[in-house]
Amino acid sequence: MSIFLNQTSTVIVQGMTGSEGTKHTRRMLASGTKVVGGVTPGKGGQVIDIDGHQLPVFNSVAEAIAATKASVSVVFVPPKFAKAAVIDAIDAAMPLVVVITEGIPVHDSASFYAHALAKGTTRIIGPNCPGIISPGKSNVGIIPADITGAGPIGLVSKSGTLTYQMMFELRDIGFSTAVGIGGDPVIGTTHIDCLRAFQDDPDTKAIVMIGEIGGDAEERAAAFISEYVTKPVVGYVAGFTAPEGKTMGHAGAIVSGSSGTAQGKKDALEAAGVQVGKTPSETARLMRAILER
Amino acid sequence: MDLFEYQARDLFEKHGVPVLAAAIAHTADEAEAAATKIGGKVVVKAQVKVGGRGKAGGVKLAENSADAREKASAILGMDIKGHVVRTVMIAAAAPIESEYYLAILLDRSNRTFLVMASVSGGMDIEEVARTAPEKLAKIPVSAIEGIKPSKAQEIVSAAKFPGDVADQVVQVLLKLWEVFQSEDATLVEVNPLVKTKDGKVIALDGKVTLDENAGFRHPDHEALIDHAATNALEAAAKEKDLNYVKLEGEVGIIGNGAGLVMSTLDVVAYAGEKHGGVRPANFLDIGGGASAEVMANGLSIILGDKDVKSVFVNVFGGITACDAVANGIVQALELLGDKATKPIVVRLDGNNVLEGRAILNKAAHPLIEQAETMDGAANRAAELAAK
Repeated sequence: MSIFLNQTSTVIVQGMTGSEGTKHTRRMLASGTKVVGGVTPGKGGQVIDIDGHQLPVFNSVAEAIAATKASVSVVFVPPKFAKAAVIDAIDAAMPLVVVITEGIPVHDSASFYAHALAKGTTRIIGPNCPGIISPGKSNVGIIPADITGAGPIGLVSKSGTLTYQMMFELRDIGFSTAVGIGGDPVIGTTHIDCLRAFQDDPDTKAIVMIGEIGGDAEERAAAFISEYVTKPVVGYVAGFTAPEGKTMGHAGAIVSGSSGTAQGKKDALEAAGVQVGKTPSETARLMRAILER
Repeated sequence: MDLFEYQARDLFEKHGVPVLAAAIAHTADEAEAAATKIGGKVVVKAQVKVGGRGKAGGVKLAENSADAREKASAILGMDIKGHVVRTVMIAAAAPIESEYYLAILLDRSNRTFLVMASVSGGMDIEEVARTAPEKLAKIPVSAIEGIKPSKAQEIVSAAKFPGDVADQVVQVLLKLWEVFQSEDATLVEVNPLVKTKDGKVIALDGKVTLDENAGFRHPDHEALIDHAATNALEAAAKEKDLNYVKLEGEVGIIGNGAGLVMSTLDVVAYAGEKHGGVRPANFLDIGGGASAEVMANGLSIILGDKDVKSVFVNVFGGITACDAVANGIVQALELLGDKATKPIVVRLDGNNVLEGRAILNKAAHPLIEQAETMDGAANRAAELAAK
């Protein structure tokens, strides 16, 4: 088992004909992902050869689903066109949409998230994220497939490179699924969504959760862990020495009730029984100790 | 990007939010001229991007233009919580009867927008929020629906605005939503929104934060950037499209990915505790495509920082290939020649790591040292900086 993604997942690539889209389609295919086509409005009807795979291009996600039965879409569309692309996927009731694009205006992501919520048939991961990998089964996004293989650890992280670093630290043990949820202010899938899914996934024995400064997602995750998660969780929070953001006005402080500091997040996680490492390596050691018990 | 009050005021005016006549001044002369033009009593307000300026003496009422000159010369150059006042705004003075509070903002936790409104506005709104939260109405706003007249009415009722100003506040809310949405703001705050003695509702002070990701649809926002406040190294980095922030320490940091670089700062700070308290000198994320040129640009910015005593290059090759990074480092040092004088500790892992390490071994540059692990590299870089 794994979460959100498995060996039967069939994937279309929105923006496959662009340079990033083509490059990562090739990598996803090479890691065994079942990529079945792409979507680029205006280029429908073409067939692209990527490493011997003949991939049809469609004008819309609805057309792509009708022709291929795809269950996942991954978005490599530039920021300017990302909102339209994601809404196209939501309108087509695509079950999972992974948005890799970095630099999407937050009004656009708030808007497509609201659309997804209203429609109720699409899970969005990202934007501005590395994607999701269930090693040996499927890999959607840009996470390198060769860092590690399948195993009992579930990983959820805001940061891309810290995802890779943690997978590398624990590469001899392996992962059920690793999800890079992205660090943007509005994201489709949260730490809590992943924690719930890992708790419910019989193949995940323990969970690593990586957070960073800003917002109150880690504090909320800590509260969720206390009430729902019985599997062991280790945590890491980046940004203890990061300069304090220049916040303006009173509105930010009023709304979150916390300044989103790394220390505040660490304290909240520890209060929920999560062991928090000081460095990525120490965090990996804590996980190792738990699994070897 | 946070705006100055006068920039927020100008955006308000552009979208029809009621504001008072105002002008900015950088000298006492300009302040006097502006006050003459506005006429009557004026308020001289320090333009700094930090709260508590009123309590710090950065806002003064002036009786006439000569007085405005005097008040401006006192405020210009003042240091308010580390922010030096370079600009003042001269605004018409209004006889105030009541102070209210309005804000539209992105609510990260709930992944939607939020309006906060109170009839107890003014300097102590945070105190009100803490001690009397019932006086601060919080109304979620859908990113699809926005603020329409019916929503504005709902907000005005929830915050219990008095009947004689209700219609005006509804109009202000509709205009503020226009500012928020059409300018791609993540925060639009009016504090105070006032009722004057003659019953008019006016935005007296405003704070606006704009989303830099939306810059592609707002070429005019470029002009709002405050170049004076940018550190020289930061400005040089920005010119090269590098994501760089100057810090106070001695260990220069280069890494790929914001999370890993933030983590690198932390690891260096911990390691520094054993080496005389040395700390990271900067944040520099070279991102995914770490070409030789990007690495050279990054290294030259960091080696140009006189506070830097050692450098830590921390790269995990995901998409980035370690051999490209290693070539970048070698070429950067060739380009920099004699200008490169500080030891560089390099930790490479991930994609093509063996090739990358081999390139650095072969180059055998006297300034480069390789380390196997992130913690080990941080310790060595801190040790070198402490020497």
